[in-house]
Amino acid sequence: MRRSGLASFLLWIGLTLLTLLPVWWMLVVSMRPRVKLYSKSVLIDAVYWDNFLAVLNSATFLRYLWNSMLVATSNAALVCALGLLAAFGLSRYRISGGDNVFFWLITNRMAPPAVFLLPLFLLFTKWFVFGDAMLFDTKIGLILLYCVFNLPFAIWLLKGMLDGIPLELDEAARVDGATTAQVLSNVILPLARPGLAVTFILTWIFAWNEYLFAATLTSSANARTVTTALAEYVSVTGTNWGEMAAMAFLTTLPALIVLGFVQKHIVAGLTFGALKG
Amino acid sequence: MRRSNIGWLFLAPATLILFVVGFIPFLYILYVGFFDWNSNAVDPTLRWAGLQNYRNLVFDATFLNSLARTLVFAFIVVVSELLLGYVLARALMADRLWGRQFFRTIHTLPIVVAPIAVGATWRLLCVPGFGIIPYYLKLWFGIDYNISTNAYHAFGTAIVMDLWHWTPFVTLSLMAGLTALPKEPLEQAQIDGGNKLQIFWYVIVPMLKPVLLTTVFIRLMDALRSVDEVWMLTKGGPAEATRFIGLHIWINVFPKTDYGYGAAMSLLTLYVTIVLSWLLFVAMTGRKGGAQ
Repeated sequence: MRRSGLASFLLWIGLTLLTLLPVWWMLVVSMRPRVKLYSKSVLIDAVYWDNFLAVLNSATFLRYLWNSMLVATSNAALVCALGLLAAFGLSRYRISGGDNVFFWLITNRMAPPAVFLLPLFLLFTKWFVFGDAMLFDTKIGLILLYCVFNLPFAIWLLKGMLDGIPLELDEAARVDGATTAQVLSNVILPLARPGLAVTFILTWIFAWNEYLFAATLTSSANARTVTTALAEYVSVTGTNWGEMAAMAFLTTLPALIVLGFVQKHIVAGLTFGALKG
Repeated sequence: MRRSNIGWLFLAPATLILFVVGFIPFLYILYVGFFDWNSNAVDPTLRWAGLQNYRNLVFDATFLNSLARTLVFAFIVVVSELLLGYVLARALMADRLWGRQFFRTIHTLPIVVAPIAVGATWRLLCVPGFGIIPYYLKLWFGIDYNISTNAYHAFGTAIVMDLWHWTPFVTLSLMAGLTALPKEPLEQAQIDGGNKLQIFWYVIVPMLKPVLLTTVFIRLMDALRSVDEVWMLTKGGPAEATRFIGLHIWINVFPKTDYGYGAAMSLLTLYVTIVLSWLLFVAMTGRKGGAQ
């Protein structure tokens, strides 16, 4: 037992180093001045922030950063609100055809984005047009679009959590004369708060990370996001590795921040509740 | 449970949004696929083309190669991640381990990093002349590793990158599955004198089947549609060595504006994806019936 414990410990360490190496290398490169860029040492040799400053001083990048924040936050909020309502309906009412609807809602998450790029592009530029305004190249367009993969995810996670709240609590509140809205806001909402927080964080990260839709359905600083900034940067300047690494690190930062919090739920979330992490 | 149509009221907003951004595009692309439509052509209107787009598709070698390449890629990564993930999950499951939670948290990292940043990072690692991987491979093993000229190296790197990105997920989910297994059948099988391989095949695999099925299903779907990482790593090159199907659709349809053909291409890809996941489902659930 003890020996296998040690072997397992060493394996964990080895794998952890392997997992961290790429991210670490990104940080190392981002903190190297231009003259030292081609050093092959994997250690940080100096504290040097100019790459980060250069990236953060670019007005375009800040704009993209702001867009990403806005899109991810609005989308996560929207998805949590609608997801909670839908989960409440699915969990508390027997809806005719509910199982089929539920299944269909969930399958949206599995759709390959590349397949839907073309029709969405055409719809956004030619059909969903209101006077001079069209959904193409707007933050609202992206916010709606990210529902395709985030809403099913939120519904699934929240339904699991609401199913865990005893029905007796609802009934007791109703006996005391609470309306449905009051049940939702005074009974369900407080109890579902931890679940909502997890859902919000995970959907926020997914929205933040998304690239393909953002790259295809936006065309200007109006709505472009950080992931597109990173991709554009690579094609524009092939060799400015320090700044590219800094930009990649900034893109990764939110994931690093929420990592500890997300850890317990990510496996359960990604496997549609088939597993508890 | 209340049996009432009020339930629909709660479902309606979510259903409406997903209908508009999820289902209408599907119907629309189904429609466009039957037309000849190029917005930059002399006649930029839709002209009925019947099945012509699909007929052309069957003879489009670039498309078919890209599809085949994607299937090979998906097969390799899913199988290796499953094997690797299982071995690691078993090896890492020591009961009392100092800092176990910490290690698990670190292994969640690749899962939540933006795919585009994963690609950028691996580009920093692998790019010839700059990255440390080519440098140390040359220094230590004398291997000339170059992802921008050697097709096999590029394809291999795409696979390794995917393994880095997703093996932790498979490991963690299999660990969750293994931890939840009841102990009695395993002990009983040992008492009955089953060897390790028998226990694995006849006891663990059937009990782990739901977990395996879900994990493989999710990984397969993701592997078939991966675009961002490879786009950042190699831009689909050298030549077309790492141009997977999603990337192929993306970099072909938009510059050429041949919408009808693009629609047909997208739909065929969707069809292949659905058929594959269905086959997987049947294969995994069907074998259980055969074994008993």
